[in-house]
Amino acid sequence: MVSRRDFFKITGTVAGTAALTAVGAEASAPHPKLDPDRFGVLTDTTLCIGCRRCEWACAEQNDLPHGDLESFGDTSVFDLMRRPDAESYTVVNRYSPPAGTDQPLDVKVQCLHCEHPACVSACIVGALVKSPQGPVIYDAWKCIGCRYCMIACPFQIPAYEYADPLTPRIMKCTMCSERTLAEGRPPACVEMCPPEALVFGRRSELLELAHRRIMENPDRYHPEVIGEHIAGGTSWLMITDRPAAEIDIPELSNESPAVITETIQHGIFKGFTGPLMLFGILGILMKSSSDKRKEKEDENG
Amino acid sequence: MADSMQHHKALPLAGNSAVPFFTPGVIVIAILAAAGVATLVVRLFLGLGAVTNFNDQYPWGIWIGIDVASGVALAAGGFTMAFIAHVMNNEKYHVLVRPALLTAAIGYTFVGLGVCVDLGRYYNIWHVMMPSMWQGNSALFEVGMCVMIYLTVLYIEFLPIVCERFIGRVNLPGVLGKMNGFLDGLLRVLDKTLARVMTFFIIAGVVLSCAHQSSLGTLMAIAPSKLSPLWHTPVLPLLFLLSAFAVGLAMAIFESVLASRSFKRPIEMHVLSPLARMIPLLLVVYFAAKVIDLVNRDAWPLLFEANFRALMFWIEIGVGVIIPTFLFLSHRLRRNPVWLFSSAAMVVFGVVLNRFNVFVTGYTPPYSEGQYFPAWTEVMLTVGMISLIVLLYRIWVFIFPVLPAEEEVEHA
Repeated sequence: MVSRRDFFKITGTVAGTAALTAVGAEASAPHPKLDPDRFGVLTDTTLCIGCRRCEWACAEQNDLPHGDLESFGDTSVFDLMRRPDAESYTVVNRYSPPAGTDQPLDVKVQCLHCEHPACVSACIVGALVKSPQGPVIYDAWKCIGCRYCMIACPFQIPAYEYADPLTPRIMKCTMCSERTLAEGRPPACVEMCPPEALVFGRRSELLELAHRRIMENPDRYHPEVIGEHIAGGTSWLMITDRPAAEIDIPELSNESPAVITETIQHGIFKGFTGPLMLFGILGILMKSSSDKRKEKEDENG
Repeated sequence: MADSMQHHKALPLAGNSAVPFFTPGVIVIAILAAAGVATLVVRLFLGLGAVTNFNDQYPWGIWIGIDVASGVALAAGGFTMAFIAHVMNNEKYHVLVRPALLTAAIGYTFVGLGVCVDLGRYYNIWHVMMPSMWQGNSALFEVGMCVMIYLTVLYIEFLPIVCERFIGRVNLPGVLGKMNGFLDGLLRVLDKTLARVMTFFIIAGVVLSCAHQSSLGTLMAIAPSKLSPLWHTPVLPLLFLLSAFAVGLAMAIFESVLASRSFKRPIEMHVLSPLARMIPLLLVVYFAAKVIDLVNRDAWPLLFEANFRALMFWIEIGVGVIIPTFLFLSHRLRRNPVWLFSSAAMVVFGVVLNRFNVFVTGYTPPYSEGQYFPAWTEVMLTVGMISLIVLLYRIWVFIFPVLPAEEEVEHA
């Protein structure tokens, strides 16, 4: 049986466990302040010619398995809708031409580098990080391979090396951070793109450019910059000739999914208040119920 | 203190029961466990791709949905029984505390193991403990931390039982025998120290459980566009916690009846029936929260669509919540061992199906090329893990004083 003295001693150590319980919330890094001059890329799908040279440049830059440049001229891959996978960070898909023309619409797919990325928020060990300069970067050394980022990503981008028994990695576009961040050079795909359908620059300036193009050519574009608001905004922007849903961009809220879980997490664990209070309530309950039982035993005994 | 409060007597089955360790059923379970271990070996050498149907669209399967998420829920008996028996000082239920504690300790050990099997870089699991890599925005981090600490608390709560088993009985062979007196003294000191601090660990166990049972629900809240609105809601953590309360009690009944049958002991109806009386209230609260949430989000029309997911939802709620609520409400059925067991089994089934639905059936990735269906090797590993849990439980109750002494069961 706990004596009164023991009881107080015990509740005195409450702070200790409560701290342990909610250690996570306190360790939380605040949502990284984004650099107002952060980088981004603008994809103008109306300029894309489907040459797939960006795919080759990406594979070359990122040491992904690939054939020679000529092999990327093969347009039969357009028969299927492809997704980036563990061996390719980016793919180009072909859609039917807009009404009245015979020029098909080609759409490059890769990580959009969200402004408030769900994958980064989900990562248990901080192996995924949103650089204030734009790119969402992965550190394989930290990764434990839980694949929660894949669950979290609303665009279904991160791929995984399932065949590797020992050192599987999460695979996704890095916005060539080793070039963009260290040297300010554009990503390999952008540098390669012959018709300049891809533009690298400051996100704020790219947004302006995108809106200007739409305004100057209202017939050519659907009046929406994809990535301006979707899922809390993305560093990679797109303009195209049709509604986003028609190039298979999922319909999402303009709020990052991470907001939901972060609100819950910090609501419950902020300053350990929740767990601490529960600990206190349980302590009081336990004390009063044991007193009651003792009284009863004294009466009976 | 868990122990000083223990007015009843518990004994190990070995030497106190006529039941042999090996029976035909136990041998079958041992074979299933061996098959599971074999699958694990293949997974370690050939990778996840070789034994699972996980892919870039469906990164999680039944190992997370059943081994981990359902495993955590079903081990809730540990903290719910600790609350009822110790925090509320309800002496009647003390006989159920040790079995529930043992189930929780083994259950959580296997949750940890289940996570490691699923992790691509399982050898990096220690990263979660490194302050330099703490990531407090991640619900998974909260779950991971809490489960690790709670597992430690469970082991500490089990230590008095180990002390009880060996105090006065330390008898090492040969030269080591010289240590007997010393070890015995050490155990006595440990036992006394534990008795002083156990209150702290009991309460901490309940707090930690509430925290991670709910955070397990927060996990899937991050995928609003991928999880079917039948299950996705910002109140998922609340729903997970409420269902954990109910299934904790149901599991205590479920396993007590199973253990009594297996060990040829009378079923402890005198504690199980009153325990069962609390379940309808918990189920009704859970049910109400679920209904209010569905109406609130205008998701209820989905219930009346003719598809697989709606069907799964109805089974989950019908078989797992509504029917057992009524069964448990009947005074007559609560006193009937067969009905009591069946009703508890329904609640257990309902919660497992709920976790399965949230993590597997309800998951609809935007670029799906066909629904995930578990590989037979995935199933084999899951079945093997469950079999190992059953085996370990049996070994433990044979060696340690977990189950109440038989004469007590008969006298009650």
